[in-house]
Amino acid sequence: MTKESGAFGPFGGQFAPETLMPALFELEAAWSEAQADAEFLAELDSLLRDYVGRETPLTHAARLSEQLGGAQIWLKREDLAHTGAHKINNALGQVLLAKRMGKPRIIAETGAGQHGVATATACARFGLECVVYMGAEDVRRQALNVFRMGLLGAEVVPVDSGARTLKDAINEAIRDWVTNVRTTHYLIGSAIGPHPYPVIVRELQSCIGREARQQLQEKIGRLPDVAIACVGGGSNAIGLFHPLIDDPVRLIGVEAAGEGLAARHAATLSAGSPGVLHGTRTYVLQDEHGQITEAHSISAGLDYPGVGPEHAWLMLTERAEYVSVTDDEALEGLKLLSETEGIIPALETAHAIAYAATLAPTMSSDETILIGLSGRGDKDVEIVRDALTLRSS
Amino acid sequence: MTELGRRYREAFDASEAQGDGPLVFPFLAAGFPSPEETPDLVRAALRGGAGGLEIGVPFSDPLADGPAHQRAYTVALAAGAALETALEAVRCAREAAPDAPITLMGYLNPFLSFGASIRSAIGTPGDAVGQPLDALAQRMAEAGADGVIVVDLPVDESDAAREVFARHGISMIYLLAPTSTEERIAAVAERASGFIYLVSLTGVTGAREQVAADFEAFVGRVRALTDAPLAVGFGISRREHVEEVGRLVPAAIIGSALTTAIASAPSDGRVAAVERYLEVVTGRRSEETSE
Repeated sequence: MTKESGAFGPFGGQFAPETLMPALFELEAAWSEAQADAEFLAELDSLLRDYVGRETPLTHAARLSEQLGGAQIWLKREDLAHTGAHKINNALGQVLLAKRMGKPRIIAETGAGQHGVATATACARFGLECVVYMGAEDVRRQALNVFRMGLLGAEVVPVDSGARTLKDAINEAIRDWVTNVRTTHYLIGSAIGPHPYPVIVRELQSCIGREARQQLQEKIGRLPDVAIACVGGGSNAIGLFHPLIDDPVRLIGVEAAGEGLAARHAATLSAGSPGVLHGTRTYVLQDEHGQITEAHSISAGLDYPGVGPEHAWLMLTERAEYVSVTDDEALEGLKLLSETEGIIPALETAHAIAYAATLAPTMSSDETILIGLSGRGDKDVEIVRDALTLRSS
Repeated sequence: MTELGRRYREAFDASEAQGDGPLVFPFLAAGFPSPEETPDLVRAALRGGAGGLEIGVPFSDPLADGPAHQRAYTVALAAGAALETALEAVRCAREAAPDAPITLMGYLNPFLSFGASIRSAIGTPGDAVGQPLDALAQRMAEAGADGVIVVDLPVDESDAAREVFARHGISMIYLLAPTSTEERIAAVAERASGFIYLVSLTGVTGAREQVAADFEAFVGRVRALTDAPLAVGFGISRREHVEEVGRLVPAAIIGSALTTAIASAPSDGRVAAVERYLEVVTGRRSEETSE
């Protein structure tokens, strides 16, 4: 019984407890059938168009480009999708899949709450029971998103184990799934976890890169020179990168360097090592005993000590580059985009902006940078206010 | 090097010959509540009537474990426990009980930390986790271990790892769950050595009031495909559970209830609590006199 599928070279795979293995096979089968089912694809398309508001715009950041004095910057506006981030693309697709598998109950993990809100939204739209696991620390930090999920009819379960953040929420969601696997679909929010999740999430997020590729060709008649996206688990990045993978486009993933790579951070690819976490072999943050260490980022959505296995593979094969940006630099990136373009990005996205701001001046004005603007910053204004107040005092 | 699976085979054969009910394999989390206490608790479990032992390797993210083991691992890690603590427990058990089968149980990532990670682009994820296990397998064999249970290494990804362990005389013990399909049961049956670990219910580790109602049917499905010795775990906590499952399988594994007994004993009474608990679940002492 050797498995070939689900592997990205030596990364990926299915490192899950036996109880879950049949469910993973069931999911894989349901996904391939759905991919071949015109009715499923049409329903998803129509939802993405009429409910999410796709396609999302591609905006030329003219003032930002001018101020940086180099490459022309274009923004793929996932912040304008329903619920304010790219997470809804995946949540709706997987809810449709769960319906198809006859699973009436959905569980999910959430860090900042964006994936939780997207999942609660999709469940409300289809009348499915929804339970969201969220680290107790994140419940405290993101009280407003907890309330939003409640409004949407979801039950939010605070998780008190470990550091009480995203990693622990995933552990608890998996424990729920082990227990209720016959009736429940685990709706993972990033391109992580055992096969087939990294593939499913990538495919459901690939609308980002497909649309951007075509929109940019329509607007300027060519492909970008560079595509940049932030990477926590890496779902928006893989969604942007994958449709460009065979094109001569530099792909750059930006991780969260937190307080710096020598201190607390979440830069798994930049400063981690290969290991197995949450069902997949990938890069992880770990100590010399193989214990997973706590990640840190000002952005809760990047605050994860693992990363999608396909990104590990893209790094190993040198098809994509991975860099990192600190909390402070991300805050500067957030201010920069807000002041030059009137767009307040999510703190996650601000990492990509910050890196683009250092790269653009080294490029010429006839070159192009495409940034995945993964989400809007409304959820973060309180954290940003506190951080900026602290830094100016 | 021990012949693959010898101690398991001899223990199951001897138990069957004696006909005095199933073997009890207690699970002890290495380093809980402290690395210093683990050797005494191991010896106490063996004195109390353990037919073999499972030594748990602490992990920061035990996603198949319930609250009792999560807490035990957190306490153990905070007290400085590591894979070395578990190997020391194996050595200690081997010294105290030369014939008892001793199994190491844990999650992949701490196991992988013993060997260099494969950074090349060659091979599958299964190869990439299998090859670095050689150093661990050698250390396990030196310590006197008979088998290994890797909770998050399902049969599908296990071939490279199983071969590495087998080279050092270590049996790879597979888990089967009530959700396992006939195809998966057959794949495990084909590869099993030592015993097959039946997870009695769909859920995480932890004591339950009753043995799962569909357990007998599950055993029947497995029995139809293999003659390998079976042991049942997850949710087994009392003598009555041991007797009940003992009618179907030759061994029972008890984890969370023992962990809880250790956690709730006074600090100078943990050794006695382990010994007494084992005496009760193995039927050497009646529950009434244990109170």
